[in-house]
Amino acid sequence: MEIPLDQILIQTINGIVTGMILALVASGLTLIFGIMDVVNFAHGELFMLGAYVGVLTLAATGDFWIALIVATLAIALLGALIYLTTLRPLIGRDPLTTILATFGVSLVLQNFALWQFGPVARKIQEPITGHFQLFYLDYPYYRLAIAGLAAAIIGGLWLFLKFGTYGIWIRATTQDRVMAQAMGIPVPWVLTAVFAIGSGMAAASGVLFGPLVGVNSQMGTSWVLRAFIVVVVGGMGSLSGSIAAAIFISLLEAYASLWVSPAQAVIVSFIVLILTLLFRPTGLFVPTAR
Amino acid sequence: MSIDAIIGPAPAPPLARQPEEPLLKVEGVHTYYGKSHILDGVSLEVGRGEVVGLLGRNGVGKSTTLKAIAGLVHPSQGEVLFEGSSIVHLPPHRVARVGIAYVPEERRIFPLLTVLENLRTGLDRGGITKARKTELLDKVYAYFPVLAERRNQAGGTLSGGEQQMLAIARAMMLEPKIILLDEPTEGLMPRMVSQILEIIGVLRGEGVAVLLVEQNVPLTLEASRRIYFIEKGVVRHHALASELQVNDPVIHQYLGV
Amino acid sequence: MNERRLLVYWVGFTVILALLIVAPLALPEFWQRFLTEILIWGLLAMSSDILIGYTGMVSFGHSAFFGLGMYGAAAALVTTRPPSLWLALAYGLILAAAVAAFVAYFSTRLRDIYFAITTLIFSQIFYVIIFTSTAWTGGENGINFRRPAFAIPGLFSIRFTPAVMHWFVLGVVTLSYLLLRRITQSPFGMVLQSIRENEARTRAIGYPVERYKIVAVMLSGLFAGLAGVLYAIQNQFAAPDFVFFLVSGEVVIYNVIGGIGTLIGPMVGAAFFLMLREVFSRFFTEYYLIPLGMIFIAMVIFMPRGLLGFARRWLNR
Repeated sequence: MEIPLDQILIQTINGIVTGMILALVASGLTLIFGIMDVVNFAHGELFMLGAYVGVLTLAATGDFWIALIVATLAIALLGALIYLTTLRPLIGRDPLTTILATFGVSLVLQNFALWQFGPVARKIQEPITGHFQLFYLDYPYYRLAIAGLAAAIIGGLWLFLKFGTYGIWIRATTQDRVMAQAMGIPVPWVLTAVFAIGSGMAAASGVLFGPLVGVNSQMGTSWVLRAFIVVVVGGMGSLSGSIAAAIFISLLEAYASLWVSPAQAVIVSFIVLILTLLFRPTGLFVPTAR
Repeated sequence: MSIDAIIGPAPAPPLARQPEEPLLKVEGVHTYYGKSHILDGVSLEVGRGEVVGLLGRNGVGKSTTLKAIAGLVHPSQGEVLFEGSSIVHLPPHRVARVGIAYVPEERRIFPLLTVLENLRTGLDRGGITKARKTELLDKVYAYFPVLAERRNQAGGTLSGGEQQMLAIARAMMLEPKIILLDEPTEGLMPRMVSQILEIIGVLRGEGVAVLLVEQNVPLTLEASRRIYFIEKGVVRHHALASELQVNDPVIHQYLGV
Repeated sequence: MNERRLLVYWVGFTVILALLIVAPLALPEFWQRFLTEILIWGLLAMSSDILIGYTGMVSFGHSAFFGLGMYGAAAALVTTRPPSLWLALAYGLILAAAVAAFVAYFSTRLRDIYFAITTLIFSQIFYVIIFTSTAWTGGENGINFRRPAFAIPGLFSIRFTPAVMHWFVLGVVTLSYLLLRRITQSPFGMVLQSIRENEARTRAIGYPVERYKIVAVMLSGLFAGLAGVLYAIQNQFAAPDFVFFLVSGEVVIYNVIGGIGTLIGPMVGAAFFLMLREVFSRFFTEYYLIPLGMIFIAMVIFMPRGLLGFARRWLNR
C-alpha cells in the first residue's frame, strides 16, 4: 500500500502539534509526581476546567490571550487549594491514598463542570485564523501557533527550574526533601507551589487545545490517560523524558491514523507502554541528568 | 596536628558552670520510632563557639539526637532551647533559619545540582545582600579550593571526601551559629581525617559552635572541648576532652566492642 | 479467636443471610432488583479486595475482568440455542481468567503506582478494543440478549423471575464469600497478607512473591468475571461502559469506604455507596457525584480504614 509522502508530512506536523500539547499536560503531571510522589488523577479535570475558564473569560473580554492567562492563574489557584485541602493532610500516609483522593477530586470536578456548564460542548474561537497551503490541505496557522506556544511555555518552565532560586528549591526538594528542609527551604510552600504550577500548565493546555475540539466536561479523561502513559514511558519524574515521550507517542499515533481510525490509533500508545514496561521499565527516554 | 596549633588555644570554660546561657540546650528529650523508644531522656548543652563531641556505639541514638535538634524527628517529650527560646516544635526549615545547620551522616548533597547550586540552597535566602553572598562564596572557595574547581559539576560526581566538604560548605552558607556534624569521617580515607580536623578548626575560628557525633575517638578528643557519652538513648557521662586519653577506661566502656 | 466471637460472627452472618433470602418477598420490585445489584457489585468489590486489601496491590483493572466476564456470558447467550446458563458461566469465567492472566503477566512485576496505572491502562485497552470492534461486540451499543433458564438439562428448568434471580445471585455470592474467606485464611492467604505487610521480607524468607501475586490477580479476576456474568444475566445486556476504567475506580471506592482487607467491608461499601447514590440522585439529579465524591474524599482523609476497618482483625479470624 503506497502512502504518499505528503500525507506522512502532514501527519508529522499533526503529531508534533498534538505532541506538544500532550507534553505540556504531561510536564505538569511529571513535575508533581517527581516532587511529591503523587499521581494526580484530577489533572485531566484541571485541563478541562482551564478550558471552561477560558471560554468564560473569552466571552467576557473577547481576548484569547487574556483568557489564556486568566485560566492559567485561576486553575493554579484552584490547584493550590486542592493540594492544601486534600493532599497536604495525606503527607506521610500510604501513596495509595493520594491516588484515591485525586480520583475523588476528579469525580467532583468533572460533575461540577457538567452541572455548571451543561452537556453541550462550548467553542473557543481560535485567536489566529487563516490557513496556509500545505500540499493539498488548508492547514490552519493556529495549529502551528499551539506547538510554538506550548514549546515556549515548556521552555519557560525549564529555564525557571534551571536558573532561578525557586527553581533550585524545587529541584532540591525533588532530589532530597529532608535535606531541602534542613537547608532552610520552606518545603511545604514549595510543594503547594509545584502543584499550583502543574495545575496551571494543565489549564493552559486546555485553553490552547480548546479551539481544536469542543470544550466539554469529558475532555479531560482521555488526556489524563495519555498523559499517564507518557509519564511512565518517559520515566516517571523526568521532565525531558516526558516531553520526548509525548512527541514520540503522538507521532506514532498520527502515523497510525493513516491506516486505522483515530479511535483505534490510541492503541498505539498502549502498545508502546506495554513494550516499555516489558523491556525498559524505568522509561524509554530516561536521560542521564534531569 | 592539633586544632590548637591551627588557631591557637581557646580559653577553657569550667566544665560545670557556663557564665552565660548556653547556645543550645537539650533537656530530657524522648523520641520513638514506631514502638521503639530511641531517645530516653537526652540532655546536653553546647556553648557559643564551642566544639562538643557526642560519642557512643552504633544505634545508641547519636544521630537521632542531632535529628531531634534539627527538627527532623519530633520528640514526644522534652525541650530543645536555642539562645533561650524553645525550638522543639519548629519545622526543620525554620530551625535552619534560626541558625542551626545539619550535616547528615550520609552527607546527602543534592546529586543532580551542581556544586554551586548546592551552595546556593543555603545561600539564597531572605535578608542577605548580594555582596554578602559573594563574600561567603569567596570565603568558602578559599577554604575549599576543590569546590571552586568543580563549581559547575554535578554533586553526585564528586568523590566521598569532596562531598563531605561540600556538605559542610553548604551548611556554612546558612551562616549558622551551630553546625550539627554527623560522623563526618565515616567512609572517608584515613588521610581525609586530618582534613576534617582542619575544617572543624576553621569553623571554630569563625565562631561557629559544633556538635560532633563521631565514632573516631582520636579525632573527637582532638577537636572537642567537652565530650558526652551516650548509651541506650541516654547521656551517661560527661568529661572535658583534655582529661581523657584514647585508651581511657571510660572510652572503652561506651565505645568498646 | 475466642469461641464467643466466632459465635457472634456466625449468628450475625445467618441473620443477614436470612434477611436477604426473605427480601424478594417483602420488597417492591425496584428495591428487590436494587438489592440484587448491590450483591453483584459487592461480589466485584470483594474480588478486588483480594488484591487491594489482602495483597496490598491497588488495581484499577477490575472493570476489564468484570466487563469481559459480561461479554463472555453474552457470547454464550447469543450464540447458542437454547441459551445455557452454565455455558454463559463457563465462557465468562474462562474469558475473565484469560484476561487476568494476561494482565497479571505484564503488571505483577511492577510496584505500587506503576501497577495501578498499568491495570488502569489495560482496562482502557480492552475498552477501546471492545468499543471499536463493532462487528463482534456491537461496539458502543453493546449486546442485548435473553436470559437463560435456571436449568440442568434433563433434571429441571426454572425461569429466572426476579425473585429466583435474586436467590441465585445470593447463592453464588454467598458461596463466593465463603470460598474467598476460606482462601484468605489459608496458608496461601497468609502469604498474601505477608506480601502486603512487607514484600521484601516475604521474598527474603524464600516465597516466590511474583507467583503468588499472579495467582492473586487471577483469583481476583475470576470472581470479578463471575460478577460480570451475573450482571449480564440479571440485566440482559453487555456494554463497553462497564469496561471503562471509571468503573474500576468506583469499585476501589467501595473497597475504601467499606474497609479493605475485610471481604465484607467492600460489600458494605458497595451497599453504602449505591444507596447514597440512590438517595442523592433524588435530590441532586445527575450531579449526585459531587456530594458523593466529597464524602469519599473526606473518608479517605479522615476514615482511611473505612466503615468496617476497625473490625478488620475480628472479621479475619
